[in-house]
Amino acid sequence: MSNWFILTIILLYLSFLFLIAYWAERNKQNKWVNSPYVYALSLAVYCSAWTYYGSVGIAARSGVEFLAIYLGPVIAAPLWVVVMRKIIQLSKLYNVSSIADFISLRYGNNRSVGALVTLVCAISVIPYISLQLKAISETFQIITLYDTGFSEGFIFSDSTFYIAVILAVFASFFGTLSLDASKRRKGVLFSVAFESILKLVFFLIVGVYVSFFVFDGTQDIYNQANEEFNLAALSSVGGISGGLNWYFTIVLSFLAIFLLPRQFQVSVVEFSDRSQLKKAIWVFPLYLLLFNVFVIFIAWGGMLLLGNKTVNPDYFSLLIPLHTGQNWLAVLVFLGGFSAVISMVVVSTLALSTMLSNNLIIPYGFIKKFNKNQSVKNEKYIKNIRRFSIFSLILIAYLLYLFFDPDVSLFSIGLISFLIIVQLAPSFFLGMYWNRGSSLGTKAGIIAGLFICLYSYVLPFFASVIFNNPSFENLGPWGIEFLRPYQLFGLDALNPTTHALFWSLLVNTFLYASISVSFKGNYRERNYGEMFVNSEQVVAMRETAFVWKGEAYVSDIQQLLIRFIGEQRAEKALRIFRKRYAVKPDEKLADARFINFAERLLTGAVGSASAKILIGNVAKEKPVSLVEVLQILEENKETISTNKSLAAQSEKLIQLTQKLQQANEELKIQDQLKDDFLDTVAHELKTPVTSIQASSEVLADGEDMPFQLRKQFIENILNDTERLAVLINDILDLEKLASGRDNLNLANNNFVKTVTKAIQGVQNIADKKKVSLQLKTEYTSIEAEYDHDKMMQVLTNLLSNALKFVNSETGIIQLQITSKKENIICEVSDNGKGIPNEDLPHIFKKFYQSKNQNLKKQKGSGFGLAICKKIIELHNGNISAKANLKQGASIHIEFPKKTSR
Amino acid sequence: MKKILIVDDEPNILMALEYTLKKNNFEVFIARDGEEAIHIAKEKKPDVLVLDIMMPKVDGFEVLEYVKFNSDLQETKVIFLSAKNKEKDIQKGIDKGANAYLTKPFSMKKLIQEIENQILVN
Repeated sequence: MSNWFILTIILLYLSFLFLIAYWAERNKQNKWVNSPYVYALSLAVYCSAWTYYGSVGIAARSGVEFLAIYLGPVIAAPLWVVVMRKIIQLSKLYNVSSIADFISLRYGNNRSVGALVTLVCAISVIPYISLQLKAISETFQIITLYDTGFSEGFIFSDSTFYIAVILAVFASFFGTLSLDASKRRKGVLFSVAFESILKLVFFLIVGVYVSFFVFDGTQDIYNQANEEFNLAALSSVGGISGGLNWYFTIVLSFLAIFLLPRQFQVSVVEFSDRSQLKKAIWVFPLYLLLFNVFVIFIAWGGMLLLGNKTVNPDYFSLLIPLHTGQNWLAVLVFLGGFSAVISMVVVSTLALSTMLSNNLIIPYGFIKKFNKNQSVKNEKYIKNIRRFSIFSLILIAYLLYLFFDPDVSLFSIGLISFLIIVQLAPSFFLGMYWNRGSSLGTKAGIIAGLFICLYSYVLPFFASVIFNNPSFENLGPWGIEFLRPYQLFGLDALNPTTHALFWSLLVNTFLYASISVSFKGNYRERNYGEMFVNSEQVVAMRETAFVWKGEAYVSDIQQLLIRFIGEQRAEKALRIFRKRYAVKPDEKLADARFINFAERLLTGAVGSASAKILIGNVAKEKPVSLVEVLQILEENKETISTNKSLAAQSEKLIQLTQKLQQANEELKIQDQLKDDFLDTVAHELKTPVTSIQASSEVLADGEDMPFQLRKQFIENILNDTERLAVLINDILDLEKLASGRDNLNLANNNFVKTVTKAIQGVQNIADKKKVSLQLKTEYTSIEAEYDHDKMMQVLTNLLSNALKFVNSETGIIQLQITSKKENIICEVSDNGKGIPNEDLPHIFKKFYQSKNQNLKKQKGSGFGLAICKKIIELHNGNISAKANLKQGASIHIEFPKKTSR
Repeated sequence: MKKILIVDDEPNILMALEYTLKKNNFEVFIARDGEEAIHIAKEKKPDVLVLDIMMPKVDGFEVLEYVKFNSDLQETKVIFLSAKNKEKDIQKGIDKGANAYLTKPFSMKKLIQEIENQILVN
């Protein structure tokens, strides 16, 4: 295909990406732009050209080994979320804009740590970018020259340069829209997510094409390949050493997923809300799995089709469609690879440029200059430094690319990049969970790890692959076998990569830990150490977690803020701060909280190290002893936890007080009721006693009393005595019933029979009064469990009441019994004078007295109904009186047949 | 003959009181509740009122109040005869203007003595 055709497509595609990014930047509130899927997909920036082309290559050369690089992130996805949550929490709290910032902040805004981390990142990433450029150049070469054969060298090298420049423009335009590097770049992120979809889809298309159109399905490829090569070796792990290699590669990729600057950029800096993590935890692993489904088949297919030609197996996915004449498919594959390259290069340079500017260039050179300038000028300056960094990074990568040996595979360069970046692991991960980690340990560990990587991997790699001199690799320096770079200290069970990883990480971690323990870091490191380790509390404590002593004026710091983040933002931030801590606007001296607050604002703009230097320029800081740091943190932590527990306790106390008040009220009511009861009882008892005494006195004095009168007084005395006896029995009954169900003599009885018996008991009185007693029921027998005697008492009481209130001759008393599934209903109604409405709610209250204590209750409303109520309630039933009907009173009883339920 | 109005809702007590007082040469009127008591007091203007407190319809205190505010009944003495025997109840009765307070159960002799005392004071 012609150069120009492909170039036109590239340009069209790039302008399309510009448009997408521009649109997203313009429509920041759009739901597509803010979808959590955008975040999850942008994580797939992990899959660069290395994945797109390189894993096919490694699969062709050494089988399933390529999988390990992708299994790491997949296996560790749950752990990833846990650790990521902490990293994100801290980063958002302190406006961290890169991994260099993160680590330097952890070790007390340490300038040299930030610079060192930046260098490590640069060493790791720049060759990686070169690798991407190499991939573009080579694929371009393949796609344009396939028809004519490809021995003509670097025709595309010029074009590669232009593409590199376009990428730089893209990155610098969308990457530096905001001064605050910790701010999200939605345009870039959106285009990255878009590219992630494209590269996956195109890769799957070519996978399906190779597996099902070129060959007859995956089984066919397997069978054919099995005949041609020794597949067992290619598709197995290969013994203990193979297992160890797998293990270390998985560890390597797991660590890289946190540490690669581009991953930190998309997963931390671009993070905005929790829903994103929830999506990412399944979308990202799924993405990686899908990406790897066809790798091995494309590799085998390529080996079968093109195995006799001297081609780079990295590019099988491109070569197969070209070989079969499917040029359109080759263009799609090329575009997919191109997408992988663009997103990787753009995000990487963006991340790296921020680090370079904020952690290397500004703190080591420009910081003093900035301090004198005005805000607009400063912003322009900082942005220009970042743009300059982006361009120079891509330029260096391009130059490095020019020196690349075309024979060096994509996979091995990718691994170097991983190995180097992983040197940040001890200080990064341990630093988050171990408060003693110090900056000195960090520096020593990283430098030593880097050295070992260079010695045991990069150096022999260059010696043998680039300079074709294997003696260093095989014999060791000066022939010392012990120091052979691939078998350091005689360790020969691992392949070069995992061997280098093992020794470098071991030494790195050991130095980090031992130096951190042996030499105490300064108070600032310890302060941040505590804050990082206790991130959960720090989020709650915010500025108060920071220990600082010294003198500084609010106005100075305010000027500083204005100079770097602009007047508007500075004013707004100050307002927020004053509100949060209720600080008066006329407060002149800055305290630790304000220092920390300002430092964090500046960190977003110029990086943590520079922020510390800037603040240090306007504030006279006094050293704080370690003990003080720990004390204040402890105090703060304690205060917060004490406050929390105090709040919880006072909440409990309030509840308890309320309960007590309720109980007290209840008791008061009960006490009052008891008093009322005793009063009533006393009064009720005194009345007959008084009558008896008066009558007896009259009789004693009245010798001359006529017989008839004497007889009347004696009858009165007898009546009153009986009344007294009934009263005493009632009271005793009531007290007995109050003690509960234990006194019930529960047994299975026939309720109809009980009612009949009760009616018979009062029949005599009814007959005398000529009152009609009627039993209405359709049942002859209703079995139920109840205390027969007590139920008799209730029924008799109700019947007697009714008899009392109906008129003789015209009186009718009706008893109606209904049986429900589980309950018995019994209604006693009469045609007497009825119950007054105002008395209805009270007639069953045993201690009830009408509101006016001196007004006497109606006769007959003593304890009878209260006893009835108590008995029915003991049977788990209820008793009620119907509203006063003109035809008379009606008492309604309902109780369950099985009362024990 | 001095006129005495006895007010109580217990017929047996009323009966004993009526018999005894008549025997002691008083003119006796009886009322079974406060309402009736006010009615009779207005009409008969008794010298002494023997008054229960807890009664249906209108209680003893209300009857006392009526007596105190009625210019025709300024000479009438009021003796409470009640089962309420707490200190505060007695105090309340005296404060409201009762001339004496006897608690139930009571001795006939004491009551008659009290009635005579009240008449003598006049």
